[in-house]
Amino acid sequence: MCLAIPALVKSIEDKEAEAEIGGITRRISLWLTPEAKVGDYVLIHTGYAISILDQEEAEETLKLFEEIASLGGEEV
Amino acid sequence: MRFITEFRRSDLAKGLIAQINQRSHAPARLMEFCGGHTVTIFKYGIRQTLPDNIEMVSGPGCPICVTANTDLDKAIALAKMPQVIIATFGDMLKVPGSHTTLQELKADGADVRIVYSALDAIAIAEGNPTSSIVFLGIGFETTAPTIAASVLQAEKKRISNYYVLSLHKLCPPVIRAILDSGEVEIHGLVCPGHVSVIIGSHPWDFIARDYGIPCVIAGFEPLDILQCVAMLVDQVESGRSEVEIAYRRGVRPEGNEEAIRLMEQVFEPGPAAWRGIGEVPDSGLKIRKEYQHFDAAIAFDIDPGQPYEPEGCICGDILRGIKTPPDCQLFGNACTPQYPVGPCMVSSEGTCSAYYNYGEGP
Repeated sequence: MCLAIPALVKSIEDKEAEAEIGGITRRISLWLTPEAKVGDYVLIHTGYAISILDQEEAEETLKLFEEIASLGGEEV
Repeated sequence: MRFITEFRRSDLAKGLIAQINQRSHAPARLMEFCGGHTVTIFKYGIRQTLPDNIEMVSGPGCPICVTANTDLDKAIALAKMPQVIIATFGDMLKVPGSHTTLQELKADGADVRIVYSALDAIAIAEGNPTSSIVFLGIGFETTAPTIAASVLQAEKKRISNYYVLSLHKLCPPVIRAILDSGEVEIHGLVCPGHVSVIIGSHPWDFIARDYGIPCVIAGFEPLDILQCVAMLVDQVESGRSEVEIAYRRGVRPEGNEEAIRLMEQVFEPGPAAWRGIGEVPDSGLKIRKEYQHFDAAIAFDIDPGQPYEPEGCICGDILRGIKTPPDCQLFGNACTPQYPVGPCMVSSEGTCSAYYNYGEGP
């Protein structure tokens, strides 16, 4: 029920946007994320963007996973 | 970066699984509050990758499942009224109320429409000016701001035939109720990621501080869950209890302040009835007086009748984390996703549905 999926903001008009989700374009509302910009990835929940995804944080997290995987490989 | 497949990589999962298995020694019962987490855990077989000392139990984090029969019966009573169109998220259709379901009423001619968004319900209201459109406001803090926004949009557009039956529920108060009941001992909490996108990390502080239970906010991909479990294990093994964010790409400590502002503009906390748990103070959201002309509970004279709970169904115990679906005599026999008896089998995020669909025992 709290499902939210990442979508790429393609264009913005007032408080609405066109966003691409897995190759499909949908109209979404930016009422809850007025600061969203074209090129941002946002989390979409029931037609509303609820958060702007942080690319740097995502990359840091994946880097951490890669370090853990390289350590795990040695220890296992 | 597409924010999906990167967090499903099996090579990285192996590293996290190895770390968890190396570091975890103490018995740890971890509760995943959110039904979305339950689905990820079952779908990717995460329980089987964890050491025997870690037990995952599901919590009450499925809004459909925790909707009390008394509230569902109100929606059903509204659907029977003339000139009323019910707009609802799809999962609600098959949930058995005391005597019938919205789906059965729809088959009998009631105007019940499935919508993807509250925005769709507004469009229905605009397209049907002589009918009253009642949107069933189901959901946690993730969803409530979207419904608040829809009310404000309706106000701005001067739409006078749009109503919300607010059955929204708030997560931190019900966790407190579960912990205070003493029925289930948990050593770590997988906090809901998309609820926390809205409310941030601080509303969970009391759990770490007052109950000494480690809390980690998790995303919904398999690597997110494994990372969360690894962080909970670190806290358990080192005797710490803090609130940490694993889902850093989506969750900020302060949450989404604009969403919180809109939610608080339209709603205020009030008591709510939870299936299997009962009434929990300040765990629901009612529409503020300034917006009561959108409140279906005020606009309509609703008589839900006497509630009735199906015999043998243990959804209430499952929602409190004290029983699992295989403990239920109806599970997989009288109660299946095709013919559900209780809501935990209806909702795709219900614990019974996850056990049934992914073929797991206790």
